[in-house]
Amino acid sequence: MQHIISILVENKFGVLSRVSGLFSGRGFNIENISVGTTLDPSVSQMTVITQGDDRIIEQIIKQLNKLIDVIKVVDLSEKDYIVRETALIKIHTSRSEDRSEALRITEIFRARVVDSTPTTYTIEITGDENKIEAIINLLRPLGIKEIVRTGKIAIAREEMKAAAIQEGKRIRA
Amino acid sequence: MMKMIGAEILIESLKKEGVDTLFGIPGGVVLQIFDALYNEKGLRFILTRHEQGAAHAADGYARATGRPGVALVTSGPGATNTVTGIANAHMDSIPLVVITGQVATRMIGNDAFQEADIVGITRPCTKYNFLVKDVNDLAMTIKEAFYIARTGRPGPVLIDIPKDVSGARTDFAYPEKVSLRSYNPTYYGNKWQIKQAAQAIARAKRPVIYAGGGVILSNASGELKELAEFNRIPVTLTLMGLGGFPGTHPLFLGMLGMHGTYTANMTVHHSDLVIAIGSRFDDRVTGKVTEFAPKAGFIHIDIDPTNIRKNIHVDIPIVGYVWNVLFELNKDLKASQEDRDQWIRERGPWYEQIKEWEKEHPLAYKKNSKGIKPQYVIEKLYELTGGDAIVATDVGQHQMWVAQYFKFDKPRTILSSGGLGTMGFGFPAAIGAQVACPDKLVFNVAGDGSFQMNVQELATAVINHLPVKVAVINNGYLGMVRQWQELFFNRHYSGSVLDGTPDYVKLAEAYGAVGMRAKSPSEVEGVIKEAIRVKRPVVMDFVVDPEENVFPMVPAGGANSEMVFGEVSKEEKEKVGGKKKEKKGSVLPA
Ligand SMILES: Cc1ncc(C[n+]2csc(CCOP(=O)(O)OP(=O)(O)O)c2C)c(N)n1
Ligand SMILES: [Mg+2]
Repeated sequence: MQHIISILVENKFGVLSRVSGLFSGRGFNIENISVGTTLDPSVSQMTVITQGDDRIIEQIIKQLNKLIDVIKVVDLSEKDYIVRETALIKIHTSRSEDRSEALRITEIFRARVVDSTPTTYTIEITGDENKIEAIINLLRPLGIKEIVRTGKIAIAREEMKAAAIQEGKRIRA
Repeated sequence: MMKMIGAEILIESLKKEGVDTLFGIPGGVVLQIFDALYNEKGLRFILTRHEQGAAHAADGYARATGRPGVALVTSGPGATNTVTGIANAHMDSIPLVVITGQVATRMIGNDAFQEADIVGITRPCTKYNFLVKDVNDLAMTIKEAFYIARTGRPGPVLIDIPKDVSGARTDFAYPEKVSLRSYNPTYYGNKWQIKQAAQAIARAKRPVIYAGGGVILSNASGELKELAEFNRIPVTLTLMGLGGFPGTHPLFLGMLGMHGTYTANMTVHHSDLVIAIGSRFDDRVTGKVTEFAPKAGFIHIDIDPTNIRKNIHVDIPIVGYVWNVLFELNKDLKASQEDRDQWIRERGPWYEQIKEWEKEHPLAYKKNSKGIKPQYVIEKLYELTGGDAIVATDVGQHQMWVAQYFKFDKPRTILSSGGLGTMGFGFPAAIGAQVACPDKLVFNVAGDGSFQMNVQELATAVINHLPVKVAVINNGYLGMVRQWQELFFNRHYSGSVLDGTPDYVKLAEAYGAVGMRAKSPSEVEGVIKEAIRVKRPVVMDFVVDPEENVFPMVPAGGANSEMVFGEVSKEEKEKVGGKKKEKKGSVLPA
């Protein structure tokens, strides 16, 4: 099963290689890894997506916790969470029909054109994996020049009191 | 506050940590540090002849005392030469602090002369490592390094210090306290889990304790003995655990695993409760893991949560410092003192059964009046020292014979490379132990192959007046490899013949040590006695039966309940394996 693991680490030189080295050294698989800063500049946030049965995931979490620079490990898969990824997609748009088709698709997906030349558009899209795959599939016939993706980041949904949930107060984007 | 340069800060900080000895070799980028050491009275520097020797010596020092061993080496090749020693300590959870010089900070990454990314290289084989980029961080880094090395599950820590950092000047005050928000080992076992364990022990009809190096590392042999004696539970130990429970104790079953005793393996195999203490279910211990103690429930006490459920399902895991957990567990069990006699009575058949196994296949070898049997040498060593010695081993058959035939009653008396299985460990480790314990009798039982891997340290022993006694079990082979080739590869002794072995007596003498040789059983005792008598480093060359094998044995991948005893006689083997014996040339010194 796929697991999304969120890791808070000391923002220090070499920490990324300690984490990635742990995965490669112990034969755990990494499908995705992304790193960024947090509110506290001394702490970084990593999101790792991995596969494994319960025993392997238990080992991964314990081994991560054992790393001296790791502050906290959370398996988001045990919770309700939100995953996002951003992609930048550069497409050929030499013909004017292609340009209007591209704009139409961009609008449907609530994506944005962030750069434009007479022969290309660069489209920025944020969403979950399905959404990104879907827009890529629709843009493909136009001719994709290049795609760059951030990798996934994830966050747990805030716990809500049962009553609030019943009243339908949760707004899901 | 005092102004000091980095090199002086390093020395002062080491002294604050209670360090009294450094093992190592100087070089370009650590000259500043060696200069600071020049007139230093509080620190002894032992110049080894190879950096691997320095790392193993620091390791031996640590194993013998429980205090972190410290090595100091130069950048590049000096640093890379310590890697085997570091990996070795890492596998066996030995506290080391290895200080490496590094090229100047502005040169790092430029392929500078003698530059190696030692922090990158040792990342997977240290508990933690540091590159110090600013002299103002140096004191705190040293504080953290020692703290990490000796707490939790101990291990090696490396500090890489660039040349300009050891030369830079700053205010020095050694930090009083250290705390790392991301490093908080669990010391106290969960009370409820400990209660569960006590109840499981009370219920068990066929319990066994399987303890390992964690008992030694947490100085818990007293608590282990109490647990075993009070509840009358038989004990088996791993190689790393030997000495953690008295080898002469009636409840001791011997080592378990691949070359463990039949009794230990059968007891574990048939038990209904395995109490694992500071041991990690290594594959050399479990054999075929699905058939390891198939009818048992498992209690597992370990400081490292990753060890729990790594290889085997555990029913009652307890994460904590072994000493603390056993202390609590013993308290809980004491509470049911009246019931205790009842359990012990109910376990009668279990104790009987164990005695049967002991009678069925005790440890044994065929005695021989002509050639020396290696096991006989170990038995004699035990007998003539009364067991009162530190024995460092190398890796191979001789190591297993030591584990089988030397009865270790006290912790920190066997120093052996368990996890990594590093040939060449024994001699420098013995040197480190002798430095730490000048009044103890220190032996290195060496293989003729292993000894040659760090034989250069004879110079270190001689020049520092370290009277280490090396007993070379000279079988003319990389014996453990040869054994496997004999048993499983049609006696194809491919790459395992040690032709060209030097004359160990002359070699010892060339270094200024004492050399002695025994070629027949009647000479063994005299050689050992004389070695103990002379207060100098000694190399004893025991020319032993070249094709003796270590038995019993669990063939790789087999279940521990299926041990092989090797009752096949030599003649019979020749019938099976072909009459032609490999020509051995000048293996044995004439
Ligand atoms: C550094 C290293 N290289 C190779 C091995 C593989 N190996 C394991 S035992 C052994 C033979 C050891 O020979 P020796 O030291 O003579 O001991 P013996 O088995 O003959 O007692 C070898 C080569 C090892 N453990 N360590
Ligand atoms: Mg040998």
